[in-house]
Amino acid sequence: MPILFRTRDSSFRELLENRYTGFMSSLPNPKFEFEVELVTPSAETESEEDAQVEMQDGLWHLRRGDFRAQWDPRAGRGRIRQSANPYSIDSVLRIVHTLILAREGGFLLHAASAIRDDQAFLFSGISGAGKTTISRLAPFDVILLTDEVSYVRREAKGYHACGTPFAGELARVGTNCSAPVATLFLLEKGSENKIEVVSTAEAVRCLLRNILFFAEDAELVEMIFRSTCDFVDRVPVRRLTFVPDARVWDLIR
Amino acid sequence: MSEKYIARSSQIAARMLGGEMMVMSSVDSTFFTLNEVATVIWQAADGHTPLAEIVARNVCDEFEVDIDIARRDAEQFVNELSHHGILLVSDCPFDISPGPVEAA
Repeated sequence: MPILFRTRDSSFRELLENRYTGFMSSLPNPKFEFEVELVTPSAETESEEDAQVEMQDGLWHLRRGDFRAQWDPRAGRGRIRQSANPYSIDSVLRIVHTLILAREGGFLLHAASAIRDDQAFLFSGISGAGKTTISRLAPFDVILLTDEVSYVRREAKGYHACGTPFAGELARVGTNCSAPVATLFLLEKGSENKIEVVSTAEAVRCLLRNILFFAEDAELVEMIFRSTCDFVDRVPVRRLTFVPDARVWDLIR
Repeated sequence: MSEKYIARSSQIAARMLGGEMMVMSSVDSTFFTLNEVATVIWQAADGHTPLAEIVARNVCDEFEVDIDIARRDAEQFVNELSHHGILLVSDCPFDISPGPVEAA
């Protein structure tokens, strides 16, 4: 999904080009366009305010301590007001994608993801569950899509995981490719490597807990719930308990 | 003791999956999985049938449960779901159509 950012600041442009290496293109028809207005850091742009996402008169209003943004989904245009840092625009991108995906039957998930033998595997869990660890342990035949936020898209025949530039502790952007999702693993560190079946209810509950969604919008929340149930109905969900060494990847095929 | 009527809220999403009914409030994202008995009460919550009748007809007959225990459990279940706005409770029948039993 090509998104165009406009900025008058060449150093900020360079910063974004470096950050999103592998995800840059020169496609002539972007799906969305954002004008980025850079402001000098101040108390207003550096507060601790949590993210708020609201729809008003056909416009999405996104705000957090470090940014203000508006996005018109029909016109495909938006504005972002922030200081010259990569984290704010990264967060705006994540939020916008949660809104787009919700309507298309997909979602962003707190999960590492990787491709092996043309199949994608998702490793979901809260901070500390092992997303970065399992990504770091991946052998050479594994293509890492992300160690932090997975992009899950609904396709005609199932779900696909796509690479994202949203990096976690590994501080490495993912690879820009995709594959059908074979299994979602719920991560847990333990004293042995094992895979266990989880109940349908637990799978739905864990998935809902780890899906990124910020908007206070009943219609979209309902869509996310439907997508979650549909995903669990189609994709095997397992609990993966692992010790932090490379042998865990012997189980992932 | 007055009659009690229950109706599914329209602000919910629900789906039967793996033999379990899953219900989520689209207002506060509270998520519930219902057991077999709770699912029967949920499905019967049409806003017009008194809760006592639902318990007697749908719960006691189907699950062979003592009526007093079934009533007590049903009250508890209804109170919890109504607290989250998932079930609506009234002393008289509802005029509105109840929310969906299951998402399309």
